Amino acid sequence: MNRSLLEALLDPTLPTPAGLRVWNGSDPAARFAIHRNHLRVSLTSALAQSYPVTRTLVGEPFFNAMVWQFIRQAPPRLPMLACHGAALPNFIDSFAPAATLPYLADVARLEWLRIEACHAADAVELPTASLTRQLQQPATLARLKITFQPSVRLLTSRHAVVSIWAAHQGRGDLRAVDPVLPESALILRPQLDVELIPLPLAAGDFIGRLLKGEPLGSALEAHLATTAGFDLTETLRLLIASRAIATLESD
Amino acid sequence: MNSLPARAGVGLKADHFQRIVSDWPDIGFFEVHAENYLMAGGPHHHYLTRIRERYPLSIHGVGLSLGGEAPLDVDHLDRLKALLDRYQPESFSEHLAWSSHGGFFFNDLLPLPYTPVTLQRLCDHIEQTQTHLQRQILLENPATYVEFAASTMAETDFIQELLRRSGCALLLDLSNLHLSCINHQRDTAATLRALASCPVGEIHLAGFSETQDDAGAPLLLDSHDRPVAAEVWQLYRQALALLGPVATLLERDHELPPFDLLFEESQQAERLLRDLDRTELARSGSGR
Repeated sequence: MNRSLLEALLDPTLPTPAGLRVWNGSDPAARFAIHRNHLRVSLTSALAQSYPVTRTLVGEPFFNAMVWQFIRQAPPRLPMLACHGAALPNFIDSFAPAATLPYLADVARLEWLRIEACHAADAVELPTASLTRQLQQPATLARLKITFQPSVRLLTSRHAVVSIWAAHQGRGDLRAVDPVLPESALILRPQLDVELIPLPLAAGDFIGRLLKGEPLGSALEAHLATTAGFDLTETLRLLIASRAIATLESD
Repeated sequence: MNSLPARAGVGLKADHFQRIVSDWPDIGFFEVHAENYLMAGGPHHHYLTRIRERYPLSIHGVGLSLGGEAPLDVDHLDRLKALLDRYQPESFSEHLAWSSHGGFFFNDLLPLPYTPVTLQRLCDHIEQTQTHLQRQILLENPATYVEFAASTMAETDFIQELLRRSGCALLLDLSNLHLSCINHQRDTAATLRALASCPVGEIHLAGFSETQDDAGAPLLLDSHDRPVAAEVWQLYRQALALLGPVATLLERDHELPPFDLLFEESQQAERLLRDLDRTELARSGSGR
């Protein structure tokens, strides 16, 4: 019984399930439609809340049609609605009607990383002075391994999605953004508010290595082999100032 | 039994966090949806922790799917247990409905046929839940739009038998009661009498919207998007006369107004509860 009802909820072209009854003999389809509508509207609006800039970029009708296809392909698996939608960016990648906005999926990725940062475990208390001290000892620096705060996420994109997103928050002019420039940003929640810190591309690449668990020394070595124009001191200062670091341990 | 105070409470919404922690309004209790607080950290937990320090708390689950054919999701029970351990709420409630099947969650409170088979399954699920959570739960009567040809029991008989067998108590949602009676042309007064004869731990009041079915009969939708209707306030007075004072939640989930308006609306319930208290005091005083 449950299964046939659910299939009919997700696919409005299917007939209303058998076995429903209305006291006045009217067509149960009109009443069952309330559930169909609720499913669609509530799941769509939950995704609209998670992806406000993505939605603005394509407009509400396009967004609603796109996410309804996504919902039917990937209905929520958990009763926590805020967790639904992690796979939407990948869906957008393969959603042909959105191909004219090649940056759209990465804007969605940025928005999802912000949600992850918002709900991640709270930051552990930050001993800034001791971090700075440890990072100022050249003899041991290379062996240090950074553990990041639970909310820390890194966004790297071949498109200017950080600028596009910021322009939608009233920072910068959308018309001045060249979408084909690659960008990168650190996303984290030091306390209650999620922050997004634009990064130089080289710093983004380097932090990506650290996030994978590489010690500072080997990350730097691999990094310098491939990237020019990288300022280690500035990047470490940024990680401390943004309160991204939870602990430093010697490898 | 749950220990919410017999006062008026309101649903806690993120939009109102700031207002509440700056003014600490005089409210009987707050209620939250469990599934909005199952993340690891962040602002929701920050504010709920602060608010819980000062107010009684009801946690209301919307995702356990107690009425489903599928086995209960033990991971979800674990998550709920951790949440209840963390906040130690005065009450935990869930629904006479189902929302999950085949590993998917449909974010709706779907109806079920009332038969001995579904009754037994619900009893088993409630027993499993109460054992897992190590507490009695409240179960909310549903708002429904369709009935099932397979049903062999009246909803009130089903609920009474369910509470008797499982040992859970009723979250008497008077808007749901009103809606279901209009939507299925049932006798509202008789339904109220039947449900008020159950152990009731909390009352819910909410607004509904109205449409029509295919035959032009009124069809009420459980929309939680507007103030409580006069008919439901009337039912509330009747319910209080039958039950005495019971913790009463004003529910509002959509078209959320400023906090002051919700507070004011909740004070209608608070006044009725206080009047009732006074009447009971007077009665017990004159009996001495």
